[in-house]
Amino acid sequence: MTVWLERNLPRMVLAPSFIAVLIFVYGFIGWTAWVSLTRSKLMPRYEIDGFIQYKRLFASPRWDTAMDNLYIFGGLFICISMVLGLLLAIMLDQRIRIEGALRTIYLYPMALSMIVTGTAWKWIMNPGLGIQEMVRGWGYESFTFDWIVNPDRAIYAVVIAGIWQSSGFVMALFLAGLRSVDGEIIKAAQVDGIPTWRIYTAIIIPSMAPIFLSAFIVLAHLAIKAFDLVIALTGGGPGYATDLPATYMYAMAFSRGDLGQAASSAMVMMAVVFAIVVPYLYSELRAKPHD
Amino acid sequence: MTDIPLSTQTSVAGADRKGWSTIALRWLLFVMLGLFALFYLMPLFVMVTTSLKSLEEIRTGSLIALPRSVTLEAWRTAWSGACTGIQCEGLRPYFWNSVLLAVPAVLISTVLGALNGYVIAQWRFKGANIIFALMLFGCFIPFQVVLLPMARMLGILGIAGTIPGLIFVHVIYGLGFTTLFFRNYYVTIPHELVKAAKVDGAGFLRIFFAIFLPLSLPIITVSVIWQFTQIWNDFLFGVSFSSAGTQPVTVALNNIVNSTTGVKEYNVDMAAAIIAGLPTLFVYVLAGKYFIRGLTAGSVKG
Repeated sequence: MTVWLERNLPRMVLAPSFIAVLIFVYGFIGWTAWVSLTRSKLMPRYEIDGFIQYKRLFASPRWDTAMDNLYIFGGLFICISMVLGLLLAIMLDQRIRIEGALRTIYLYPMALSMIVTGTAWKWIMNPGLGIQEMVRGWGYESFTFDWIVNPDRAIYAVVIAGIWQSSGFVMALFLAGLRSVDGEIIKAAQVDGIPTWRIYTAIIIPSMAPIFLSAFIVLAHLAIKAFDLVIALTGGGPGYATDLPATYMYAMAFSRGDLGQAASSAMVMMAVVFAIVVPYLYSELRAKPHD
Repeated sequence: MTDIPLSTQTSVAGADRKGWSTIALRWLLFVMLGLFALFYLMPLFVMVTTSLKSLEEIRTGSLIALPRSVTLEAWRTAWSGACTGIQCEGLRPYFWNSVLLAVPAVLISTVLGALNGYVIAQWRFKGANIIFALMLFGCFIPFQVVLLPMARMLGILGIAGTIPGLIFVHVIYGLGFTTLFFRNYYVTIPHELVKAAKVDGAGFLRIFFAIFLPLSLPIITVSVIWQFTQIWNDFLFGVSFSSAGTQPVTVALNNIVNSTTGVKEYNVDMAAAIIAGLPTLFVYVLAGKYFIRGLTAGSVKG
């Protein structure tokens, strides 16, 4: 008995977590996939009825806006965060005496809730008393910065807050990458009299390709999941001008009572994440077989 | 688990000779770094100063001006008087909800993650790698895809809209990350250690408590900080699965800011935002090194 127990204890320890993951991750994905194929409204129904929900979804102008916003937000958020993060990392890598303090300052937004970030930026960017009013107070009477209430500009206000929140994290990733480049190669290049900027563009940055990939994955993931930031900053408005897939899904699930739409939009989000993450995870797990 | 060599210097700079252009570049560098520091600090500065001003001063003064007369009135209101919809009890009850929610959820998910990581890294059996891969993928799903069935499941279990319900949700979806942390940490501990201990007659649990647990302090810190930050800052689960009275602090903050009753009190909003952000900010300042390790553990695996 004790021998049997001792032999099977590892499995028994892992089993509850494994079963929980099977049910609450994979089972639930299956449930959502199923419901996305039905005519569920307020209550779930289980008779499969083809791709009607997906047709409705892709015909919905609100979903269109949400996807367009995802491209704008995702594209700008990922690109600018990466460029800014790399720039900050390279600047911090120049033997700065107060590097520790600066790193702390650049990275602290990452510790904050997106709701806190959103609340702060909502106040800073509100046209009535925020930046616009401040600059007008300096004498530039015609200065306008009303992005947050302007339907055509509001999504860019979300981009600003998102970059503020996440670029420090990219900086930390890149800094770690810069520090892990082989010092001997750099020394050799310096001895050969190669200018510093060339050392960066020709040696260091190319050798950090895996870090670029990691940063991209993390940022893309953050962009697709972006929910709290929009809720706190604009509430998805004005109108639904700053809706993202995540806020669309939430609205359908909890305020519109349209489970079919909620499920199908969640599945599309899942598909986007899947397309980005699975190749990455696969290569990670393949490249380093845990022997 | 990659240790980020943030402190070891293999910097490129420094080999340059001191010339005028070098000095100018150095100055430019400092100016740029300073400007970026201002960009990151500005919102915090504005939050703090606004929270210390009176409404009157906010309306008449400039956004970035220091308060002429400091008042803690907004802080008092934010903590115990601000309205989240119909109720006007401030953030206090919701702050404690978040504490009651985060502490057990962090502890349970860390303990389970440690045991899971120990099994996967050191007691490999057939299929363990597949289990790990399946759990790892669970870290990456957009939670929207489990929101609807989870709402029903919590109802069936009778814990819908309760704090235990939220603890349950956070433990389940935190497991992937905590398991990843511990697995990647334990996998670096030589296998011979377990073999030798087994020869000496130690069993599965004995080896864990006598050998692995004492070595685990750094990774426990990483896991606790990561989980605490995630759970404290969570909004999606909080807003989806809580009911009046059991909301976590992030949900209450959002309700205060968007509450439409009465005058818009920006100073109270800012004080409330700072209160909601203080615990994670405190952890970050106290243990930033471990915070960064947690952040990068999921992306720079080695």
